[in-house]
Amino acid sequence: MKEVELNTTTINFGPQHPAAHGVLRLVVELEGEVVQRAEPHIGLLHRGTEKLIEYKTYLQAVPYFDRLDYVSPMCQEHAFALATENLLGINVPERAKYIRVIFAEITRILNHLLNIPAYAADIGAVTPFLWCFEEREKLLEFHEAVSGARFHAAYFRPGGVHQDMPEGMEEKLFEHFKTLPKFIDDLESLLTNNRILRQRSVDIGIISKSEAIEWGCSGPVLRSAGVAWDLRRSQPYDAYDQVDFEVPVGKKGDCFDRYLVRIEEMRQSISIIDQCLNKIKPGPISIEDNKITPPKRNQMKKSMEALIHHFKLFTEGYRVPSGQVYSAVEAPKGEFGVYLVSDGSSKPYRCKIRAPGFAHLQTLDHLSKGHLMADIAAILGSLDIVFGEIDR
Amino acid sequence: MIKILSKIEGINNVLQNNNLLEIEFEKNNIIKIINELKDNTELSFNQLLDITAVDYPSREFRFDLIYILQSLTKNKKIILKTFIKENEKIETITNIHKSADWYERECYDLFGIEFINHPDLRRIMTDYNFEGYPLRKDFPLTGHTEVRYDDLEKKVIYEPVKLTQEFRNLDSESPWEGMENKLFGDDKSTGEN
Repeated sequence: MKEVELNTTTINFGPQHPAAHGVLRLVVELEGEVVQRAEPHIGLLHRGTEKLIEYKTYLQAVPYFDRLDYVSPMCQEHAFALATENLLGINVPERAKYIRVIFAEITRILNHLLNIPAYAADIGAVTPFLWCFEEREKLLEFHEAVSGARFHAAYFRPGGVHQDMPEGMEEKLFEHFKTLPKFIDDLESLLTNNRILRQRSVDIGIISKSEAIEWGCSGPVLRSAGVAWDLRRSQPYDAYDQVDFEVPVGKKGDCFDRYLVRIEEMRQSISIIDQCLNKIKPGPISIEDNKITPPKRNQMKKSMEALIHHFKLFTEGYRVPSGQVYSAVEAPKGEFGVYLVSDGSSKPYRCKIRAPGFAHLQTLDHLSKGHLMADIAAILGSLDIVFGEIDR
Repeated sequence: MIKILSKIEGINNVLQNNNLLEIEFEKNNIIKIINELKDNTELSFNQLLDITAVDYPSREFRFDLIYILQSLTKNKKIILKTFIKENEKIETITNIHKSADWYERECYDLFGIEFINHPDLRRIMTDYNFEGYPLRKDFPLTGHTEVRYDDLEKKVIYEPVKLTQEFRNLDSESPWEGMENKLFGDDKSTGEN
């Protein structure tokens, strides 16, 4: 009998490992230090969001979306709000559309300001983390000002947004976003031409155009491979057809390209926010149909009708006509979609959440084959993995 | 595009809704249809976005199986729907779209729909050694087991779910119906004694 000697070592990476970006268990087969196979085990953060939503009214389902990808909460509420509005057949007022775009873009910057330094930290740089967290804190104050919460905002609701921006907010935003480009330049001066960052990320984890499409990639991962695809551009929602912006694309599809695409996206987001601030006008911030959005506080003090509407909305909720819809937004990580089935009652019959990270993590085995063990950390960081949305 | 779609054999209903197309098809034709959608240059639905299911326990064909595809060149999305019975299996499409691998695993894990010829059909979302299919409508929201750390055994143990209070699925849709307004001692009004 022929004896075959296996020289591979199998190691268990995670589920508790700082470079695993959450609770990822990775079974890695190594030959020396070269990766032969990397098999992700996911589901350690599975909370049954989709099942829970089936037992909640449409309004009560909104906060679950903040808790999926917890570093870009508002973009996910956006997808759910659009899906519900589509089924209800309603169109939100102009001002609400602009507010949504402004905050979706702030969320995008927030997300990238976490991903870029986390990625840099994975491959050895500590300073960007401290710098970016200071900037994040400033942006989170805007989140707090409009919604009362830094992360779990529940701000984009079917029918518009929860409340108007506080007075003077527009000027504050305008002032703040004048200073941010300087910060991004500073951040780039620290990273882009850094020798270590380049050595660790150029030509690592290359994904080609056709592979990226084949594997269902979207967002910065797809764009880094050279596909100019952005849902904000190709299937604009809310006020994205009113603003001008560029879609940055990469050439090679390696970790370094993904980093560069994210840096450039932040600059484009700032420009989008500026344009929105110039175009936004006073007006209603949600549809004025009290069957779907609650009446104003002061109305409720005087009007019986308003009080009844308020009570019915927060107990029974509103009924949504039966049907199915898939609506997607360009979340910071890629295409975030909600497939919603309604049976005509006030609770969703089925709500399937399409998380971009799920598709991206699936490519990990393919991307890391033949690389060194240490590159897995770089690849994971560049894919922008957050387990809240992958495990749902 | 609708014309081309309705010509493909096995496709029944074609609906258009803005950028979104919806079609129904026979489950036996799946490989042929997905291939045609991908290879036909007029359609080129080359990106698989998601596979999911919807459970209708009262129907003979219990599950709606949903495939969502996207065409990057034509800028269109399409929802494909087929109906399958509880213990029926369906052919995998991992040979056509690589990303189907995990999507089908997820569908198998949460609904118990089996995909024939799938390279690695294991559970993905739920715990190791989990039993049951959580997204089926007859699976309770609270699940069947819960875990806790046992100080005596020095390990995490599984136990049947114990709720201090029944799960309350409040039917707030008709708060006034079904409430009996009984006046004690007023037996004469109904004519019964």
